Amino acid sequence: MGLYDDKRRRTHTPEGYELLTLESGHIEYNFDWHLGYYWSKFLAEMRDNKRFMATKCPQCGTIYMLPRQVCGKCYVEMNDWVEVGPEGTLEGFTIVRFPYVDPNNGGMKEVPFTSIWVKLDGADTRLMHYSNEHDEKDLDVGMRMRAVWAENRTGSIHDVQYFEVIR
Amino acid sequence: MGKRVGIIGVGQTHHAAKRLDASGVELISEAVTRALDDAQLTIKDIDAVVIGNMDHFENINYVDMWAIDGLGAFMKPVFKVTTGGTTGTTVGACGYYHAASGLFDVVLAVGWEKNSESDTQAAIATCANPTLERDPFAGAIGPLATEYSMYMKAYGATEEDSAIVAARDRNNALNNPYAHSRQAVTVEDVLNSPMLSYPVKFLDMCPRSDGSCAVIFASEEKARKLCPRPAWVHASVVRHDYTHFGDLEWTFMPTLERASAAAYKVAGITDPLNEFDVAELYIPCATCGVKWMDSLWFCDHGGAPDLIRKGTFHMDGQLPINPSGGVISTNPIGATGLIRIGEGAWQIMGKAGDRQVPGVEKALCTGFGGCSWSDVMILGADLP
Amino acid sequence: MEKVAIIGVGQTKYERDKKETFAELVFEATSKALEDAGISKDDVDNIVSVSSDFWDGRTISSMAISDASNAYGKDITTVEGDGTFGVLYGMMRILSGSFGVTIVCAHHKGTESNMRGITNCAFDPLVERKLGIDAISSAALQARRYMNRYGVHEEQLALVSVKNHKNAMRNPLALLPMDISVEDVMNSRKIADPLKLLDCSPVTDGACTLVLAAEREAKRLSTSKKRVWLKGTGHCSDAFRLGDRDLSDTRALKDAAKRAYTMAGISDPRKEIAVAEVYDAFSHMELMWLEGLGFCEDGAAGEQMERGVFNSDGKLPVNPSGGRLSSHPVQVAGLAAMAECALQLRGEAEDRQLEDPQTALVHGINGMCGQSHCVWILGK
Repeated sequence: MGLYDDKRRRTHTPEGYELLTLESGHIEYNFDWHLGYYWSKFLAEMRDNKRFMATKCPQCGTIYMLPRQVCGKCYVEMNDWVEVGPEGTLEGFTIVRFPYVDPNNGGMKEVPFTSIWVKLDGADTRLMHYSNEHDEKDLDVGMRMRAVWAENRTGSIHDVQYFEVIR
Repeated sequence: MGKRVGIIGVGQTHHAAKRLDASGVELISEAVTRALDDAQLTIKDIDAVVIGNMDHFENINYVDMWAIDGLGAFMKPVFKVTTGGTTGTTVGACGYYHAASGLFDVVLAVGWEKNSESDTQAAIATCANPTLERDPFAGAIGPLATEYSMYMKAYGATEEDSAIVAARDRNNALNNPYAHSRQAVTVEDVLNSPMLSYPVKFLDMCPRSDGSCAVIFASEEKARKLCPRPAWVHASVVRHDYTHFGDLEWTFMPTLERASAAAYKVAGITDPLNEFDVAELYIPCATCGVKWMDSLWFCDHGGAPDLIRKGTFHMDGQLPINPSGGVISTNPIGATGLIRIGEGAWQIMGKAGDRQVPGVEKALCTGFGGCSWSDVMILGADLP
Repeated sequence: MEKVAIIGVGQTKYERDKKETFAELVFEATSKALEDAGISKDDVDNIVSVSSDFWDGRTISSMAISDASNAYGKDITTVEGDGTFGVLYGMMRILSGSFGVTIVCAHHKGTESNMRGITNCAFDPLVERKLGIDAISSAALQARRYMNRYGVHEEQLALVSVKNHKNAMRNPLALLPMDISVEDVMNSRKIADPLKLLDCSPVTDGACTLVLAAEREAKRLSTSKKRVWLKGTGHCSDAFRLGDRDLSDTRALKDAAKRAYTMAGISDPRKEIAVAEVYDAFSHMELMWLEGLGFCEDGAAGEQMERGVFNSDGKLPVNPSGGRLSSHPVQVAGLAAMAECALQLRGEAEDRQLEDPQTALVHGINGMCGQSHCVWILGK
């Protein structure tokens, strides 16, 4: 075989052995990620008080939803918490129609699902979440949205089921 | 800028959806042997090696250790760098810094991926914060699709503009024997292809590929001795500013603006649209090929559709983009960014075969990945 | 060679099950390093993050710590391997003339993940992985080979563990400070023959950050007391498959060490190195690496250990911090080793301080059974 031979169509070796593929089968790696001070508080507030808590930078004043310890621009720790929302403006959305493997459980993700970026009132950055609308005709950037909370909240991003359009 | 470094050889595999005939190590070896051949060197001439890919795609830990045989790194200095989608350009920058530091004279930089070995979207989805962002994360396409929907609303860009870019890159690939996807398409074909994630359609989007690319960097003295026309590195700038997807600006791309502005300054470029002769850009989705033109300072915000519709970036246009077919035609993720650098280098060296743009003196290469991260490398035929 | 210096050091405490996130750990270590260096975040112009997608459970592992590492608006890259390789890249970036001050930060939360599964993934899927081999079982194979070849006894391995855990008692950051005896080590639970529990390093969480500066910047921003110069470095990798090499052969380390010694102008390491931090992921490894570094003949380290040569009050103190046997956050470990040597050379090592050391050696490994090595010589 020459150095620049195109071997893309080959299915067998030159002597005729079939080219094999080794299948790993189902593999699971479990992780126990710690949420730290900021996200533990954020999720607890969602679970217990149905509200969105953001952090505010003492230097530049940016209000971050999702909250986090460090303002990247100023490199300072943020300890001021501000409630934002409960409503917000739809800044971007996409309706995913192709299924792919969900890394959480190895099954296929259910489609269609609508991923949105919503700027909650008072926040300077956007929250990624879901919308219950699955048709492009029914969503437009600029629409007003409100959170629809789950009955059974456990301290997870799913404590908000989705955002609905305020019509 | 520091010590001067030139690219003296490039090698690529024949990229495909699935390379049944080669294990990852063999794929790497294919690119490495071709790069050595291109530079007329043997593995003994290599002083150091750097490699990169995205771990989760093949589920192999410590790839720099695993691939030693195919990499030619046995009893040599080697380590790994990885930054997601920008891995290829990160590897290129690393190869450059190895040689520019003065510690090593001839450096082999390799990027590779066997995307066929796993579920690409699932692996990419793990980049998002597992608790707060992984679930609503709409795969690699999600943020890209969303930002274009906002760009369309703000500036009147259309789905057809994106289709023009897709058709351009895909048709260019017909001249590239290494490209994964080589099909003649019309703008109509793209518009009629199935919708993946509004407004991105199937033919707008890059494939996932098996492939590898190897680029050999050499310090100035060695480069002059070993190569008749090296592609000199004029600038290498990286801006990976964001951690959370919700923090991004959407109507323009701040990281690309900042990275390219800084790179142009270092390289002395003031009028990029006119001064570059060719650009190999990391455009994973044709919609980006519209929107990101603004962020490269080719025009004002919102000016891209006009340039696209005029054919400015076609092979016979003012600034050909992606003569290789780009990412939309070939995407082995760990190699993709490095392929941009390799193709840019070949354009300068005059080795780009049927896809050669005549008289290339300056090339622009970019990388993209992660949370709207941008890498820029500028290559030139003249010494910086 | 142009000079590059370490001007700042920051570390978190090394513990099990730390509750902070990766970003919070990196922020802690990086803030401490900036404060130690006495510089502001704007004096830094680039970042080298050392992290692993596998250990973090997320791809693009450096994305999680981008804000926390002061990367906004700056050039950043990620090395996936031990911290010593991160410092190497950080130094190269400075020597290229493109940057003046580099932050090298590493993070690791071993207790959040599955160490055995993750190190099993370092082996080839076709054969070795299916054997269920991982970091510990492969190290055990190497230990047995080394012991057979040179007639080294388990008790000599145990001396390493005794020494390092004892050293850790004077390191407030270490995870496992312990006052143990050879008998304690010999009686500890057998993990993989011949390695027992106390021959193995612990799964650990932590982060470490170093600030590197070009000579010009180091002189402008730092004081001579704080500056520690990177005098020499070398790295080299052996073959991958365990069967392709003699696991007791330290040829890659010898190659890396030679490069480092040559660069630093060291001809007799035994005499010229005052203190060393080597990568003792397992007790037998410290013995092997000391030989490969030229501190004694091949096979003789056990004997030298018996004579107390490498104790804190010996001729060549090794792992005064307690070594990896006392704290082993993977990736971070090499940076932590370098931090210890920097502190020693500065005279800031508190209860562990050795008497006026001028030259130190730092050693890191990558891959299983020490396939790849990175050696550093630090000087005042």
